[in-house]
Amino acid sequence: MKPNPYRTERIAFTLLLISTVVIILPVFFIVFIIIQKGFSAISWEFLTSIPKMGMREGGIFPAIVGTLYLVLGTLIFALPLGVFSAIYLTEYAQDNLLTRLIKLAIINLAGVPSVVYGLFGLGIFVIFLKLGASILAGSLTLGVMVLPIIITTSKEALDSVPKSFREVSLSLGVSKWQTIRYSVLPHALPGILTGIILAISRAAGETAPILFTVAAFYLPKLPHSVFDQAMALPYHLYVISTQVPNVEVKIRYGTALVLMMIVLSLNLAAIILRSQFRKRKKW
Amino acid sequence: MKHFKEFLIEKVIWFCGVTSIVIVVLIFIFLLKEGLSLFKHVNLVDFLFGRKWYPISDPPHFGIFPLVLGSLTVTLGATVIAVPLGIASAIYIAEIASPRIKEILKSGIEMIAAIPSVVIGFIGMTTLVPFIKHYLNLPTGLTAFSGALMLAFMAMPTIVSIAEDAITAVPHKYKEAALALGATRWQAIWRVVLRAASSGIVAAIMLGIGRVIGETMAVMMVTGNAAHIPESLFEPVRTMTATIAAEMGETVQHSEHYFALFAIGIVLFIITFIINLIADLSIHRHRE
Amino acid sequence: MTILTKFKFIRFVVPILVFMSCALSCERNSQNPSIQKEHSIKIKGSDTMVNLAQAWAEAFMRDHPQSLIAVTGGGSGTGIAALISSTCDIAETSRKMKPKEQEEAKANGINPVEMTVALDGLAVVVNPENPIDRLTIDELSDIFTGKIRNWKDVRGEDLPIVLLSREVNSGTHVYFKEHILRKGDPKRTEEFDDRSLLMPSSQSIADEIAQNPNAIGYYGIGYSSPTQKILAIAQDYNHPYFLPTIENIKNGNYYISRPLLMYSNGEPAGWIKDFIDFILSPEGQKIVEDVDFVPIQ
Repeated sequence: MKPNPYRTERIAFTLLLISTVVIILPVFFIVFIIIQKGFSAISWEFLTSIPKMGMREGGIFPAIVGTLYLVLGTLIFALPLGVFSAIYLTEYAQDNLLTRLIKLAIINLAGVPSVVYGLFGLGIFVIFLKLGASILAGSLTLGVMVLPIIITTSKEALDSVPKSFREVSLSLGVSKWQTIRYSVLPHALPGILTGIILAISRAAGETAPILFTVAAFYLPKLPHSVFDQAMALPYHLYVISTQVPNVEVKIRYGTALVLMMIVLSLNLAAIILRSQFRKRKKW
Repeated sequence: MKHFKEFLIEKVIWFCGVTSIVIVVLIFIFLLKEGLSLFKHVNLVDFLFGRKWYPISDPPHFGIFPLVLGSLTVTLGATVIAVPLGIASAIYIAEIASPRIKEILKSGIEMIAAIPSVVIGFIGMTTLVPFIKHYLNLPTGLTAFSGALMLAFMAMPTIVSIAEDAITAVPHKYKEAALALGATRWQAIWRVVLRAASSGIVAAIMLGIGRVIGETMAVMMVTGNAAHIPESLFEPVRTMTATIAAEMGETVQHSEHYFALFAIGIVLFIITFIINLIADLSIHRHRE
Repeated sequence: MTILTKFKFIRFVVPILVFMSCALSCERNSQNPSIQKEHSIKIKGSDTMVNLAQAWAEAFMRDHPQSLIAVTGGGSGTGIAALISSTCDIAETSRKMKPKEQEEAKANGINPVEMTVALDGLAVVVNPENPIDRLTIDELSDIFTGKIRNWKDVRGEDLPIVLLSREVNSGTHVYFKEHILRKGDPKRTEEFDDRSLLMPSSQSIADEIAQNPNAIGYYGIGYSSPTQKILAIAQDYNHPYFLPTIENIKNGNYYISRPLLMYSNGEPAGWIKDFIDFILSPEGQKIVEDVDFVPIQ
């Protein structure tokens, strides 16, 4: 007897649905459990006061500020460098073997484990350039880590602008830079911004690269300069969940909640921006 | 004046392009320089196939074989779990779900990528590890299996979104032709669409594996970190990434241990490079 | 269209300029770190001591609001390495510097000065459900080197032993290896069984012990809580068993205890000296007791 193809189809589709649900469920579980156990910890005081009593009480203000500094530092370094590099690679570089090798190398760099970037940052910024464990060293390390992300997403956005846009502009006698500035960049902007936001959320959430380059276990004041160490949210969560005895559950989950909210809202912004971009694209 | 401005901007762009390239090259060179210094003291075979990792004993043993096997065990476990689930859900999203559901599912899966790995590690440590110990009746819940489960979850966004792109990119006429010949939708998907999307799916799998093998914090928090050659998925393992993260802070600059950790960095770098290269090649084949 | 694109372009460029100027102002701030430098102390090292150092720093900064003390863990080796590479001002360690580290310090022009700041007893702990309540050093050595793999071999139930150890960069790991596994004899070469789980911190050992009846681990007594059971330890069957209480550690009855140390580069001076003086003061030593370590006086 041959199996009924329609029954096979029903079974197959049900299995596909189950797989999808199995993947999606943990997301809700994680978000739910973090909100359920952490929400009661969130208060204005928790967000704006320093940790007290061996980090068992008080807030997480220095960690939030530290993470903001790191994100800012990362952007200052990686944003212009990444976007301009992408412009260079798509608009200026000649299409030869070297360029293709470089593009390949950059794509591959996006897949290198974050801990390897931490290793690199420790070796080169902290030790070799003698920056010590500092916001500067941490920002540079994170910057190098997100650079490939910014370059590849910006490059994709620039590549997606049709060639004809450039040709028309150039044929009207507009210079190369003016063409890029007025005919290419505006159309690629949402795509570039999406990449930048994703890079920010990556920089804000990573622990391994800042482990050896900036993170302080406890530093209750705001850093004075870029040569100071700083606390950072992901590392702070790691510390209070594995290193400090008898931390209240709600403080651990509260910290996880704040970290997750920051990174998730950044990602949500990126998703919205991209869907706007897709809607507007008319060519 | 205008010409000068333009000249300046183009120079800045050129400078940035070159700087990024220099940084890329610098990473390669720096890792190589620091890592290869180890082999003045230790020979390559002992390093790769040595069964003992006692980096600060006297004399030290720098055998990364247990660490490589640890990484592979976790990766293999995660792949076996993540690939069928991920591809099934990619098919569901691309071919079956209605447009509204599709958007919701896609955003939901992208949200996974947004959860920082230390948060996933934290949740795994507090909920998954005791659960696994209890229900599988193991001596400890800190096992490769716990790590594999969490990494499978973390690899989902990569696998699902790339595989979904590949499936969506298959021209409609393929499926229509199959349907016109009397195939059911499932037969058309299974025999035609999937086959046409296969190289894109390979890329999705490879990039997912790349994501898994490089993950650090979540793995360090749940796999137990015993540098022992694992005999099954249900034993504690120590991965290469966790070893670097756990030990790097300690090493004195330019000590053998320091070089050894950079050498592990090179091994990781090479592995992820090969994985990405395969993915890149199959994406290109896919586009052609 | 042009107005729109121009507007977007401005939105794109302005943030960059803002970031740039931020960067420049940050740079300018850092031009005169000399004023702040002496106020800021970087402490790095032993995870055993990190909560203790944190408590000291918190109290010291309350009394001296202009000071800034950064505390970082990572392990004793981490602290010593950082002192040698001059990336910290004080290294806190739960073991003495090794001769090799002394040489490396000299080679880098660092002159480490050692200070004992507190005492610590190493507690050997199991889950409260485990019937075992005492072990000898020989039994401990056999357990942690993997010669004994089942609790029934040490008068317990028929269950596999799960070994919990600290990471190799931990002073506690090294101390335990030298004084328990190798029984204080530098010629012996025992190592931890490679099956032992290397946990990233003492707290993660405590957490795993609390939920795992098969597990055995060790850490500074400061980490113990009612969810773990501390074992009484004897040198061998002919000696009495002792628990790591403050008296037993002070009078030397409890075998596995050790001094907690701080190293600075050269004799402490300026703010570092003030901080060390505070640590050794009765107020500082009171904090030692508060976080469950043993004061030196």
